[in-house]
Amino acid sequence: MNQNDINNLRGKTAVVGLAESGCGMASGWSAMEIMANSVHDALDDAGIKLNEVDGVFAATAFHSMAAMSLSEYLGLKPKFADGSQIGGSSFLSHILTAALALDAGLINVAVVAYGSNQKSIGGFKTISEAMPYEAQYEPRMPVTAYALAAKRYMHEFGASREDLANVAVSARDWALLNPRAYTYDKGPLTVEDVLSARPIVDPLGKLDCCLVTDGGAAVIMTRSDRAKDTKNTPIYLLGAAMEHHHRMVSEMPDLVRTSAIDSSQRAFKMSSYKATDMDTIQLYDAFTINTLLFLEDLGFCKKGEAIELVKNNNIGPSGSLKVNTNGGGLSCVHPGMYGLFVTLEAIRQLRNSAGDNVGERSGGGWIDNAKLSVAHGNGGVLSSQVTNVWGVSETL
Amino acid sequence: MPENLKGLVGPEQQFKNYLSEGKFMIQRCKSLDKFFFHPRVAFPGTGERDLQWVEASGTGTVHSTTCNRRLPEKGGDFNLSLITLDEGPRMMARVEGTEPDKIQIGQKVKARISILNGEPAVIFDILQG
Repeated sequence: MNQNDINNLRGKTAVVGLAESGCGMASGWSAMEIMANSVHDALDDAGIKLNEVDGVFAATAFHSMAAMSLSEYLGLKPKFADGSQIGGSSFLSHILTAALALDAGLINVAVVAYGSNQKSIGGFKTISEAMPYEAQYEPRMPVTAYALAAKRYMHEFGASREDLANVAVSARDWALLNPRAYTYDKGPLTVEDVLSARPIVDPLGKLDCCLVTDGGAAVIMTRSDRAKDTKNTPIYLLGAAMEHHHRMVSEMPDLVRTSAIDSSQRAFKMSSYKATDMDTIQLYDAFTINTLLFLEDLGFCKKGEAIELVKNNNIGPSGSLKVNTNGGGLSCVHPGMYGLFVTLEAIRQLRNSAGDNVGERSGGGWIDNAKLSVAHGNGGVLSSQVTNVWGVSETL
Repeated sequence: MPENLKGLVGPEQQFKNYLSEGKFMIQRCKSLDKFFFHPRVAFPGTGERDLQWVEASGTGTVHSTTCNRRLPEKGGDFNLSLITLDEGPRMMARVEGTEPDKIQIGQKVKARISILNGEPAVIFDILQG
């Protein structure tokens, strides 16, 4: 077998349950409790019993051996576990690994989980070590790295801070339709609001940066034959791929081209769909620059053209591209590692469209007739890129 | 290289030792005739191990640059940039001697060794003209 046979995972597995827990502020709850609560709620959503779970996948900034700690807490004896830590995209790679393990018959039911109480215990939490050859200069990671990419992007393509701000404005507009979003009742943003927010690392100000919240999430995966017998609409993994080219921003080969170019090409190839087939687009927006880079790198426009694509609220609720429809990391939730939340939103949109009750939203918050979603995860400092393509049964 | 590595120090410590002696040294792969940074035990990607230390020219170009905002009582705003050395490799460093938010991509810079937080560090100044 070689990479030309990669399609052998297409549609073999599905997410059959999902949940989030403690998003926003969850004072009095530990990261593990939030994560475990998400797992139990996701199992309830799937109609699968805890003791059927034999594959456990997790990563947090609180547990050096998250999959093992979570398994113990849940009282499980998994036959396969993976706690790979590649930053915020970890969960999208866990989904790929879970699909491999399910398809190989190593396990029957996988849970992929995350939990964080960073906000209620004092703010942004990381377990990243100091980077050699960088730490001495005291970069404010991860913001400095994204600011360096943003500055270079502005230089190469003539982008302005206003162009970056357009991303934050649209994200907020989506959040205003989503009662689950942290900023649901905080009112709209204007470009001027974003430009006048407190500068953090030029050219990024506070409103160019994601939220800092608590929160946990979990998804339950099975092989597709089993998925047909669960409570809710199964959503099939049609494509998945990962790639990374650097760990430190000073080693990033090209500050304005991420390895999402590579991960998305292979994920779309596996899915047999292309970017423009996607009904919803969920991109890891840790900072406003991310959305511009990923719209380009995933193939929604050419390099440098996202500047025009995001104008006139075109990625907002009234626009032509349904991007980060929960409000994103910028305006919905960002408990340190956001990857599982792009996944939840990609799947929820498809389940809602298929008739499942996955919550209420204001008009336009749910995308009509959505059958295909792309979930794209980013980790480190634009480092690890993982793309998952999800579809309802008729897209198989 | 002896299996037990005894009697030697690794490239990261060698780099720091050179800085302490006032030298900004980078590695070059002899067979490929290519420079690289950061220091490693072998050429990244292809693994060649015929490496030598060469004193960097110290001149380079600002590839990207940021002003990190910091409260005055904690030291105030400071610059953080990525510099492409004339030899080819890129590194993180600070550019000093100019307002931290006034440095421009494409400006030519020159390295000096300074002390940052008690340790020798490569710092760049804008080359005028």
